[in-house]
Amino acid sequence: MSPPKLSVSEFDLHAYVDGRLAEERRGEVAAFLDANPQEQERLRAYQEQNHTLHALFDSVLAEPIPSQWRTPDRRRSWRFGSFAAALAWIVLGGALGWLLRGEQAGISGKNMDFARRAAVAHAVYSPEVRHPVEVTAEQEEHLVSWLSKRLGGDLKAPHLIDLGYDLVGGRLLPGEQGPVAQFMYQDKSGQRLTLYIKTDTSSEKETAFRFAQEGSVGVFYWIDRRLSYALSGEVKKEDLLKVANAVYRKLNP
Amino acid sequence: MNDAEGIVAHIPPLRRYARALTGEHAAAEDLVQDTLERAWRRFGLWRRGSDLRAWLFTIMHNVFVNQVKSAQNRRNQHADSAEVDWSAAPSAEERLDLRDLNHALRKLSNEQREVVLLIGLEQMSYDEAAKVVGVPVGTVMSRLSRGREQLRLLMNRGGATTQLKVVK
Repeated sequence: MSPPKLSVSEFDLHAYVDGRLAEERRGEVAAFLDANPQEQERLRAYQEQNHTLHALFDSVLAEPIPSQWRTPDRRRSWRFGSFAAALAWIVLGGALGWLLRGEQAGISGKNMDFARRAAVAHAVYSPEVRHPVEVTAEQEEHLVSWLSKRLGGDLKAPHLIDLGYDLVGGRLLPGEQGPVAQFMYQDKSGQRLTLYIKTDTSSEKETAFRFAQEGSVGVFYWIDRRLSYALSGEVKKEDLLKVANAVYRKLNP
Repeated sequence: MNDAEGIVAHIPPLRRYARALTGEHAAAEDLVQDTLERAWRRFGLWRRGSDLRAWLFTIMHNVFVNQVKSAQNRRNQHADSAEVDWSAAPSAEERLDLRDLNHALRKLSNEQREVVLLIGLEQMSYDEAAKVVGVPVGTVMSRLSRGREQLRLLMNRGGATTQLKVVK
């Protein structure tokens, strides 16, 4: 049987590769290809390209979507909201500090201030998509030794994988009396928690967990061996407590 | 599903396309973020019932084109900074790398890469792809044809270095 004479255009050939030909035409092109092995080889390479593209990039589809990409209102209000909230808290903190100056309640006021600063830092950095941290978890060793050196203490970034939170990384922040460290964690849904740590200058060696709610951000904070910790997140209080307990346990194995 | 959820449903493919288009994780995330910012801001302008996917990919195309343009401007301002000369003959090592489709993709022009990816990866029709990049279908077809052929040649060139491949 001699091959059928057909006029097949470049357009037809690509449409064949992409499965966009009507069945009848598809059959005609297939017949043309049978008679033209070189063209068949070329088209096979194109089909292979399509498969390889999927093999290369389909895994991206499964990556968790950052929560701040999901809604317009939250994005915008977050952006503005976090600035407004930060400002309000700073003003409030200042006013509180002034009111409490020289008073007995100074320590708890200071601690409240610590929780508030932790919440502000959480609100400012946790919605960040591009630069949530200064040093990523890939350089964990460097991150921990750098922050330890700056804070003048022996810091650890507890691993919270068993609770579903991966370490994203950390950054150095200015605190009231010197540098403060912030470690950031993230779960599969994009929910972020931050652990805020400063060297403690008060006489207290260890305290129980205390809880503060700053807007939508909950904070558990405590002192443990000359370091003050504050764990912040926008999750249910009991869930945050679970993580706070885990952090404490991992720091005191 | 309301309209806003509709946007969210398209985020994974937008992200996949951005990753394939830029070839870099950080640049791709920037591209997605800028696209979504613009999309949320202009959501009121989107005509209900029209193709949301095409609308979002069109925004991404425009953002990408602008990013490329401003990167070029920056490069022109720093003309003395080292630039990769893609026209130079590839080293032996690079030739091996060319077997990698991802690597070969970077050698296409942005226009060709866009079309190859919109059709081959995002499985858009030729009409849809034409709408997204804002050119006639005929132009899309010629970019597709040239892009695919160039990828094939680049991959073959890599495959031709059999001697090097054998040494392991």
